[in-house]
Amino acid sequence: MSGASASSLALEVENLAAARGLRVLFEGLNLRVSSGESLELRGANGSGKSTLLRILAGLTRPHEGRVRYSGAGADDEGDAARHYLGHLDAVKPTETALEQARFWARYFGRPQDVADAAIKRVGLANRKAVPGRGLSAGQKRRLALTRLLIEPRPVWLLDEPTAALDTEGRALVMQLVAEHRAGGGMVIAAVHGEGFADSRVMDLSALKAAA
Amino acid sequence: MSGSFSVFSRELKLAWSGGGGAALPVGFFAAAASMTPFAVGNEIGNLQIAGPGVMWIALALASLLPMERLFQADLEDGTLDAYAGSGVGMEGIALAKTLAHWIATGIPLALIAPVLWIMLQGPPDQVLFVIGAALVGSLAFFFFGSIGAALAAGLRRGGLVIALVTLPLYVPTMIFGAAALYAAAGGGDWGQPALLAGAVSLFGIATSPFAAAMALRMAID
Repeated sequence: MSGASASSLALEVENLAAARGLRVLFEGLNLRVSSGESLELRGANGSGKSTLLRILAGLTRPHEGRVRYSGAGADDEGDAARHYLGHLDAVKPTETALEQARFWARYFGRPQDVADAAIKRVGLANRKAVPGRGLSAGQKRRLALTRLLIEPRPVWLLDEPTAALDTEGRALVMQLVAEHRAGGGMVIAAVHGEGFADSRVMDLSALKAAA
Repeated sequence: MSGSFSVFSRELKLAWSGGGGAALPVGFFAAAASMTPFAVGNEIGNLQIAGPGVMWIALALASLLPMERLFQADLEDGTLDAYAGSGVGMEGIALAKTLAHWIATGIPLALIAPVLWIMLQGPPDQVLFVIGAALVGSLAFFFFGSIGAALAAGLRRGGLVIALVTLPLYVPTMIFGAAALYAAAGGGDWGQPALLAGAVSLFGIATSPFAAAMALRMAID
């Protein structure tokens, strides 16, 4: 779905180290992920999965090392190449689901019908007039997923994307990830439990034990 | 660019949808000014001496009230992460949000200022100037306030930090704005202090989005 322009994109991580306060989460992390691949980040709670995703998204500065996006259409920081979905859903309590999807469409400079289609795709069509405070945790997560559909971007950074989702919702995430990869996109996700089909796995707990 | 503009229009809508975001500051402003005659007494001349100064202080403190929530809600619900993670500059976000909140709250403050001016026995022929001065002054108060708001966004009870950081930045506007109001009340030439207050406001608009953006990036980190 991201088109051919994404086909040659790569994300490289060199000698990355992250610390929270005085605690070193990981160090000497090297990584290369290319178009069409997915990488599952696994590890115990507090092993640094979320921090790594935030570093890749440019939100948190690494303690050491660097992240480079290279390839078609991406600048070094990859600002316009990625989506970051954290464990907070960025859902506003007073706006309806449809209004929020439409806001993100305007935000990304996309037409409004893209937002309507995204709402249908994530299964919120019959909840679209409900304000954010009336949505369940799983429905909020589904609403957050619409951002991925509204603006096609090659790199998806997802922090436990299936958290709070029901069986059908988890299947939806798996389906979206598979489609995204088939279209030349790349997915890096913190995952517990069921993983993606045919995916690389990195265990951050093991990385720390080996260091 | 479409990013900052869409945030601006969203914030305008959110400011009015959440049950009147402007109501508390406007109420505070009106209450502070209407209590003044009771506090300073009704001897001839008292209100002329205290009125413009009290009104200007009340405007500054009323502008400070909405600052605590300016960035906090977006930080708590992950919206700032979504903005920053998609590569839209924090400067644009800070500018869009502050301007939208000034329009939603600062303009209503300026619009009730003439009522308070008359109540404090200011000359009625100066009401247009009072609206203009309150518009210019509240711009400075909101934009300098946004720096404190951004610095305190990640704190549980950030109100005190906002006041400590922001009040020193309010001093130039306090001096020039109040000087202009006193000049207008006394029938003198208010041009020079008003121009200086305007210059301070322009400086605040031009610089504070950068300072606020830096603070927001630290809050996200």
